[in-house]
Amino acid sequence: MRKVWGYFAFTMAVLVLSFSAYAEDISKEQMKGLDEQVQDIKGDVLGIAAQLYQLEEKLLYPSDTQVAVFISLAEGEQFRLDAVKLQLAGKPVADHLYTFKELEALRNGGVQRLYTGNVTTGDHDLQVTFIGKSKGGADFLMTENFTVSKAVGPKIVEVTLAEKALGFKDW
Amino acid sequence: MIRFLVLLTTLLFASSAMAAGSDPSPQPKEMACTTAPRELKDLFYGEALYDAFQGDWFDAIARLDTELWQFHGLDEPQRDSLFQHIDQAEFAVGDFELAYRMHQRAGRAITAVIEGNVEEPVRNTAIFRLARLYFRKHQPVQALHTVERVNGAVPAELLGDLAFLRALTLMANGRDADATPILRELQGVKDYEGFAGYNLGLALMRDGHELEGRQFLDRSGRIETNVPATLAIKDKSNLVLGEKLLKEDRYDGAKEVLDRVRLSGPFSNRALLGSGWADAFQGRFERALVPWSILSEREITDSAVQEALLAVPYAYAKLGVYSKAALLYGRALQAFGSEVDKLDASIGSIREGRFLQALVREELKQDANWVVKLRELPETPETYYLLDLMASHDFQESLKNYLDLEGLRKKMAGWEGDLDAFEELIGLRRAYYEPLLPEIDRQFRRLDSRMRLRLEQRDHVKKRLHAMLTAPRPEHLATAEERIFKEQMVRIDLGQLTDGESEARIRRLQGVLNYNIHTDYDRRLTEAYRHLHDLNLHIEALQQQYAAFVRVRQAATQSYQGYDETIRRQRSRIGEARDTVATLMARQGHILEVMAINELSNRRDRLAEYQIKARFALADSYDRATRAQGLKKVDQ
Repeated sequence: MRKVWGYFAFTMAVLVLSFSAYAEDISKEQMKGLDEQVQDIKGDVLGIAAQLYQLEEKLLYPSDTQVAVFISLAEGEQFRLDAVKLQLAGKPVADHLYTFKELEALRNGGVQRLYTGNVTTGDHDLQVTFIGKSKGGADFLMTENFTVSKAVGPKIVEVTLAEKALGFKDW
Repeated sequence: MIRFLVLLTTLLFASSAMAAGSDPSPQPKEMACTTAPRELKDLFYGEALYDAFQGDWFDAIARLDTELWQFHGLDEPQRDSLFQHIDQAEFAVGDFELAYRMHQRAGRAITAVIEGNVEEPVRNTAIFRLARLYFRKHQPVQALHTVERVNGAVPAELLGDLAFLRALTLMANGRDADATPILRELQGVKDYEGFAGYNLGLALMRDGHELEGRQFLDRSGRIETNVPATLAIKDKSNLVLGEKLLKEDRYDGAKEVLDRVRLSGPFSNRALLGSGWADAFQGRFERALVPWSILSEREITDSAVQEALLAVPYAYAKLGVYSKAALLYGRALQAFGSEVDKLDASIGSIREGRFLQALVREELKQDANWVVKLRELPETPETYYLLDLMASHDFQESLKNYLDLEGLRKKMAGWEGDLDAFEELIGLRRAYYEPLLPEIDRQFRRLDSRMRLRLEQRDHVKKRLHAMLTAPRPEHLATAEERIFKEQMVRIDLGQLTDGESEARIRRLQGVLNYNIHTDYDRRLTEAYRHLHDLNLHIEALQQQYAAFVRVRQAATQSYQGYDETIRRQRSRIGEARDTVATLMARQGHILEVMAINELSNRRDRLAEYQIKARFALADSYDRATRAQGLKKVDQ
C-alpha cells in the first residue's frame, strides 16, 4: 500500500516533471533566441527614442529660445514634497504633484526636468512655489522669485528645494 | 539590494524546483546599483538618474545614451560637465541596461569600463556586475571566468557580495569543493545568515560530505530570526532536509524537520503534506490526519492540497472509518471534477487570448501582489493554477519580455502621434512664414546694403583719423561752416579788388580761419575720436540687432524646413520596429500561452488520475463500509 501512495509523496518531483513537460514544446534555445531578439529591438527602439528627443528639442525648443528648469532636493532634506508650481514671466508654466517614487528619486539625488519652454533674450522673472509637509508634520508653502537671464543659447537653471530656503543655480 | 538579488538568485539557482518561493511580481525588482554622485556636476546625468531611480529604465538609458554620444563627439570633452562623471555614467548606462534586461549591451558597456583606464575598485566593481550578469543569465562558465579577473582593491561594501557570488559560480560549475571554504567564511556574516549555510549544506552534500552538509542544512533550519528573507531560506532548508530524510525512510527525523517549517510560509503546504506522510509511513494515521486535515482546508488549486484531499480519506480508511473515508473520497471527487472543469475553462480562456490580455492590464502592474490580484479577476480563471509557473525563472523572463514589448508598442504608438503633431506644427509654421518672408527678405536686403555703406563710411573715417595721428591733417577736421567760408573766400578774386583794405581783410580772415583750424586741431581730433567711439557703440548695437534678426530669420526657416526627411525616416523606422515588436510579442505571447497551457494540462491530467484513484478508493471504502455495516447487523 505504501508503494501505491508513494506516488503522492513528493509533489515537488511532479512539479519538476511538469516544468520539463513544456520544454518538449519550447526549447531553451528558442527562448534564448527570442530573448536576444527582444534585446535587439529594445536597442533599436532606444535609438529611435534618442533621435526623437533631438528632433523634438530642435523643433519645439530651439537653442536660441530654449529655457529649462530643473528641480532637485537639497541633500539630507526630509520634508515631504507635495507640489511645485512655476511661473515664468508672470505666466504659470508648470504645476507638478509628486508621487512617492518621484520624491524618492529626488531624495536619492536625481534631478527632475520640470519645465522646458521658449523665451526671448533678456531677463525674466521665475517664481517658484512649493508645497510640502515638514518632518514634524506641519504644512508649509514657500514662494521665491529669481531672475532668469536669457542670452543666445539654451538657458538651464536648477532650483534646489529645501525646507529653509530655495537655492537657484544658473547653469 | 544587490545582496537581496543575489540571494534571490540563489533560491532560483541552487534548486530550481523550489522556485515557488520567489517573488513573482513583475514590478521593477531589477534594481540598478548606480547611486548619485555626492556633488552633481551635470544636470542631464542627474535627469537620467531621476528616471532610473523610478525604474524608468527606457528613458534613463535613452537620455544617458544621448548624453554619452554627444560627449564622445566633442573636440574637448574634458571641458564638458559630464566629464566629471564620465566613469560613473559609462558604468551607469550598463547598469541600467542590465536592469532593463539588455544583457548583451550591458555586458559590452561594463566590459568597456573594465578595459578602460579606471581605478581598481571601479574596475573590480564592474567585474563583479558583469559576473553577476552572466550568472543570472545561466552562463556559469563565463561568470566564473569573469569573477576570477577580480584583482587588487575591492570596495569594502562589495567584499561579501563578491565572495558569495564567487561561491555560487563555483557551485554552478560543479566545483563544490572550492565553494565550501568561501561559504564557510561567510557563515558568521549577518547579511548571509541562512543563505550561506543553506548553500554550504548543498555544496557539501554534492561533494560527498553528506553528513556535514545535512548538519549545515539543519543549522540553517534552526535560525532564530524575524527577517522575511531569512525565514524563507530557513523554511526551505527544513523542507529540503525533511524531504531528503523522508525519501530515505527516516520518518521521525523527517517529521521533526518538516514541522519546523512555518505554517504560513510558501513552503508550508509541502511541509504539511510531508509531515503527514512521515506519520502515515509509520502507520500513525491518526497523527497524519492532523497536518493533512489542515492542508485539505487550504486553497484547492495547490497540488499539495489536492493530494491531501485524497490522503485524508486514505488515513480514515486505514483507521477503519470507511464511511467517513467514502464520504471524503466523494467530496474529493466532486472537488476534482470542479477543478478539472475550471482547468478546461482556463485552457479555453488562454487559447482565446484572455491570459495575455490580463497580463498587460495596467492596474495590476501598480500592485506588488499582482499575481494575487490576477487570481481575483473573474475573467482570468487560468491564473488560478499558474502560481508555481509564474514564479519560475523561464516564465518570469518570458513575461518580462512580453511586458517590455508591450511597453515598446505603447511608446511607438505615442511617437507616431507625436510625429503627426510635428508635421501639423510644421505645416502651420510654413503657412505662416512663407507668405511673409519674401517681403521681409526684400526689406532686409535694402537695409543690409545701407548698413554696409554706413559701415564702410565708418571704416573710412576711422582709417583717416588713424592716419592723422602720424600725419596731422587739420583741414580734415574743419567744421562745415569753416569749409563753406573757406570756399567762399577762395572764390573771391583778389585781383579784382580795388580796395587794398578789403584784400588785407580777406587775407586776415583766411589767416584767422587757418589759425583756428590748426590751433584747435588737437581738441578736434580728440573730439573726433570720441565721436568715433560713440559711433562704434551704435554700430555694435546695430550689429547685435542685425545678428538677432539673422538668427530669428534663420530660426523662422529652420522651424519648418529640413524636417520632412527626418520625420519620414523616423516614421519608417518606427513602422519597422512596430512590426518587429508585434511579431516578437506574438511569439513571446505564444510561448507564455504554451507554458501556461502545458502547466494547466499537466495539472488537469494529474487531477484526472486523482479522480480515477478516488473512484476506486471510494468504491472500495463504500464496499468496506457496507460490509462493516452488514457485519454489524449480523452481530446485532
